[in-house]
Formats: sequence, structure tokens, C-alpha cells
Amino acid sequence: MAQAAVSDNTGDVRARPAGWAGVAADWSSDQRAFKEVPWGKAMMWVFLLSDTFIFSCFLLSYMTVRMSTTVPWPNPSEVFALTIAGTSVPLILIAIMTFILISSSGTMAMAVNFAYRRDRVKAALLMLATAAFGATFVGMQAFEWTKLIREGVRPWGNPWGAPQFGSSFFMITGFHGTHVTIGVIFLLVIARKVWRGDFDRGTRGFFTSRRGNYEAVEIMGLYWHFVDLVWVFIFALFYLW
Amino acid sequence: MAQAVVHVEGQQHPIKLYLWVWGWLFILSACSYLVDYFHFQGYLRWSLILLFMIIKAGLIVGVFMHMAWERLALVYAILVPPVAVLVFLAIMVFESDYTLLTRLTFFGAGP
Repeated sequence: MAQAAVSDNTGDVRARPAGWAGVAADWSSDQRAFKEVPWGKAMMWVFLLSDTFIFSCFLLSYMTVRMSTTVPWPNPSEVFALTIAGTSVPLILIAIMTFILISSSGTMAMAVNFAYRRDRVKAALLMLATAAFGATFVGMQAFEWTKLIREGVRPWGNPWGAPQFGSSFFMITGFHGTHVTIGVIFLLVIARKVWRGDFDRGTRGFFTSRRGNYEAVEIMGLYWHFVDLVWVFIFALFYLW
Repeated sequence: MAQAVVHVEGQQHPIKLYLWVWGWLFILSACSYLVDYFHFQGYLRWSLILLFMIIKAGLIVGVFMHMAWERLALVYAILVPPVAVLVFLAIMVFESDYTLLTRLTFFGAGP
């Protein structure tokens, strides 16, 4: 049987079965099911799973109203076009927002890496860059909302077609934008701790009074990548479909 | 059998890997933007959009979120439940087809 060396919570490393046999072994007989994963990270994954269901419900309800309406759906390619230097470029703002969010995911992934290497200045700077990208994204979203509201888009109607367009748009992008905003705040909090060296000295947290460590950066990263992941689905299913 | 790498202090991977994934996410996003830019329509458009979406989601979850290196016990606990969403999706497709049918039948012609 395939074996893998796995460290448990106490730092002991011992051989455990890999593959399917490992799934059965890890889940059985009164033990931590998730080996090699700190509890905070496992809890973040469980939270993200529940968030997946929330966003899935939004996207499914969007699909349902779009499939069942007898009125033509507004063409997102034209609705989200911007006029740049006299020519109308379709969907350009959304494309730029997508690239910004992907870049923020890239800097976040590197921040996690540097954090585990105890390079706290680089990790903090990369997290600040991530927060800056995130704030830019939210700013562009505010611009997009303002533009659409000025053009007459409301949750109950719009000038171009099916009234459900507005409610789906505000609900889905609004909920996603809220997630990005919370992520930016979360990033600034953790970046400050990394910068001060709280995780090197084992300083106790303000709210929890527990000693933090660099796993916090990876947990933060999981949340941030999830926000990017949700945007991948919104971009494909709402803006491009 | 090959021994899996032990990550006592979190996950360590070369920066190059992240940059490589970052580059691919850019390329794939540009591709999905071009699908719209060149006005592909119908099944070609939808299949390309879904293809790029799934590859991007896979790269983010697998590499950026380190799912590719986790134990299977965690991978299955997180990635299997969303399959229920696909069942829900199928149910809602039937539901919306039925709604559209009744609307067309009782409220007259649509698109």
C-alpha cells in the first residue's frame, strides 16, 4: 500500500496510508481528520465551502430568471462597454477588473510563500500590494455601479430589456464586492501583524489573546484566492454568457 | 512508492510556479475576453467560456490554494459537496423551462 509521511499536530512525523486508503484511515477512529492542516485552515476551508453554496445560489437564481424570461436579456457586451478615445470598446472595464484581481491573487500567493520563509518585510509589502489591487477593484466596481445607475438600471428595471438584469447584477456583484472589501480590511490587519513581527515574537492577539503564527497569512490567502475564484465564475457566467 | 513531501512548516513551493500560474491566468482571461471581442456565438461561445472558466478555477484552487498538495481526506471533504450544486442546477433548468413554457402559453409570444 502506498504510504506518505505525515506530520500530526504535535510535530511527530509518521507514515500513513496515501490515496483512498488514506481517506478512510484519516476519517476513522477518533482522531483529527485533516492531517497536516492547522485547525484554522480547515475551518477557513469549511467556511469557503459554505460561501460556495451562497454564490452558487445567486448564480443559479440568475440562470433561472434569465432562462425563464420572455423579454430579451440585455447584451452585457454592450451594457459594460466603455467609450475610449471615441471608440466603444466592449466589456473593457470588466476585463481590466479581471486582470487586477488575478494580479492580486498572484501577489497574495507570493506573500504566503515569503511569510513561511520568515521574510516578513517582503510578505507584508506583497500583502499591501494585494490590498491595493483589491481596493482598486472595489473602486472600479463603484464606478461601474454609478455608471449603470445613471443610465437607469434599477433592481426592478432597465432601459434595454429583462428587468431581472438589474436585480441579478446588483445582488451578485454587490455581494462579491462586499467580500473583496472585507478581504482588503482583513489583509491590512494581517499585514500589520506581519510587519510588526507579531508572528515571530508570538504576540497575543487583540481579540483572541492567542499567539498567532504565519499560518494566518496562508488562511488569509485562502480567503483572498476564493474571492478571485468567485470572480472567475461571475466573469464567465454573468458578463460573458 | 514515492514518499510525499513533509510540510512541517506550511507549504513551500518555488516562486516560479506561482509566476507561471499567474501568467497562465492572464492568458486564459485574455482568451475569454477575446471570445466576446470576436463575437463568437452559440455553442462555440458557451463551450469556450466554460472551458476557460474551469481551467482558471482549477489553477487557482490547485496551485494558489495549495489543494493539489493536501491530503485526499481534505480534498474530498471540500471538493465533493459542490457537486450537489450541479444537481440543483439540473433541477432549476427544468423549472425555468417549465416557467417559460407557461409564460409563453398564457402571456403570448416571447423572443
